[in-house]
Amino acid sequence: MAKVLIPTPLRQFAAQKDSVEVGGGTAGEVLNALTAQFPDLKKNLFTDEGKLRSFVNVYVNDEDIRYLKKDATPVAAGDTVSIVPSIAGGL
Amino acid sequence: MTTLAAPPTSLSKDEILRYSRHLIMPEVGMEGQLKLKNASVLLVGTGGLGAPLGLYLAAAGIGRIGLVDFDVVDFTNLQRQVIHGTKDVGRKKLDSAADKMADINPHVQIEKHEVALTSDNALDIIKNYDLVIDGTDNFPTRYLVNDACVLLKKPNVYGSIFRFEGQSTIFAYPGGPCYRCLYPEPPPPGLVPSCAEGGVLGILPGMIGLMQATEAVKLILGIGEPLVGRLVLYDALAMRFRELKLRRNPECPACGDHPTVTKLIDYQQFCGVPGHEAPPTPVAASGDIDPIEVKQKLDRGDKFTFIDVREPHEYQICKIPGTKLIPLGELPKRLNELDKNSEIIAHCKSGVRSGKAVALLTENGFPYARNMKGGILAWSDKVDPSVPKY
Repeated sequence: MAKVLIPTPLRQFAAQKDSVEVGGGTAGEVLNALTAQFPDLKKNLFTDEGKLRSFVNVYVNDEDIRYLKKDATPVAAGDTVSIVPSIAGGL
Repeated sequence: MTTLAAPPTSLSKDEILRYSRHLIMPEVGMEGQLKLKNASVLLVGTGGLGAPLGLYLAAAGIGRIGLVDFDVVDFTNLQRQVIHGTKDVGRKKLDSAADKMADINPHVQIEKHEVALTSDNALDIIKNYDLVIDGTDNFPTRYLVNDACVLLKKPNVYGSIFRFEGQSTIFAYPGGPCYRCLYPEPPPPGLVPSCAEGGVLGILPGMIGLMQATEAVKLILGIGEPLVGRLVLYDALAMRFRELKLRRNPECPACGDHPTVTKLIDYQQFCGVPGHEAPPTPVAASGDIDPIEVKQKLDRGDKFTFIDVREPHEYQICKIPGTKLIPLGELPKRLNELDKNSEIIAHCKSGVRSGKAVALLTENGFPYARNMKGGILAWSDKVDPSVPKY
């Protein structure tokens, strides 16, 4: 099981949880397991074509999966998967 | 007098006393304090992030600080924008911030830029400063500041906040990543709420703004390890800092090996802000109803369902008697509570969310749904001033 950290703006689509334990051997499998559990998250994370949205970054531990193997990036038990969306607030 | 333009090479007796706690640390010392005095920093925005930045950077003795803002202080700012006080409500933020900074440190030269930063003026303004600190609150300006800093090779000390969470890093540092490496594209408008919509813990911009101030001072002094290639995430509720690796993307259109962004573009259009190329919002003007008209209908005893699509915690702040609370997010699952054959009037805080609610109702076969224009804020202005505004 990997621990997925849900950022504040997306918690409303994940029963207000800040983290969820889900199974999966790759980043793609973990995200699929997550959106199976919380279907409302799906349109916020993926485009209609199923591609990860470009203003949502996914990290396995501290590494951006775009620079690893993207969806196929391996996730081991105990790893932390972070979803980090773009926020712009400053005022 | 050629000495006018020459950088200062010494501190006055008053300044030596003022900066004593810096001067006695070898990492700063006289040399470092003179670096600060000879440095120039541009603060974009004097709001939540800009407030602590302005206060501390002035106190630290940055020689020249530029401020960019065109807003006026209002009461809702005071919960977090600590550079402004109650007496400043109604004043220009630039004047209020500059007065406070001059009071803290009269040795600082403050330059006021009363403009919205745009593609037409950004390069001209930014080129006169050593580094930029981004304390804005919207995606178009974030991308504008990024691209201008990349083009001018000026470090951009970034911070952003939402509710209880913040992010900070340095972009456009030589060899380091830029904002477009982190987020190649902005979210579509409306998907990510702003602080005005989503709220923000008043202390949060203090934390993030001071992380930015710390990084700016370190860059100027050339000490420590700059926050380059690392994104710090701060979660106030957990009181936890996390760090993620950030890499320069060789394919990045702005700072990559073959950049395609070679001049500033139309950032409103890039971010799909309505009024440009984006399709109009789905709110039908004919479906709007003025609060005064709603009041008349209530007084006449007209039959209609009056729904409030705000969140429960907003309903606790204030409400209009006779409304039924159905938060926008719950509406799709609660359509069965509404009658397709009767008139439905929806309201929220300012009319945006209720506009979405009406669009959703219309799509789902509720032909008599209407949006109360201006929300409960307009109700307070036009119908019942005893309803508090927030």
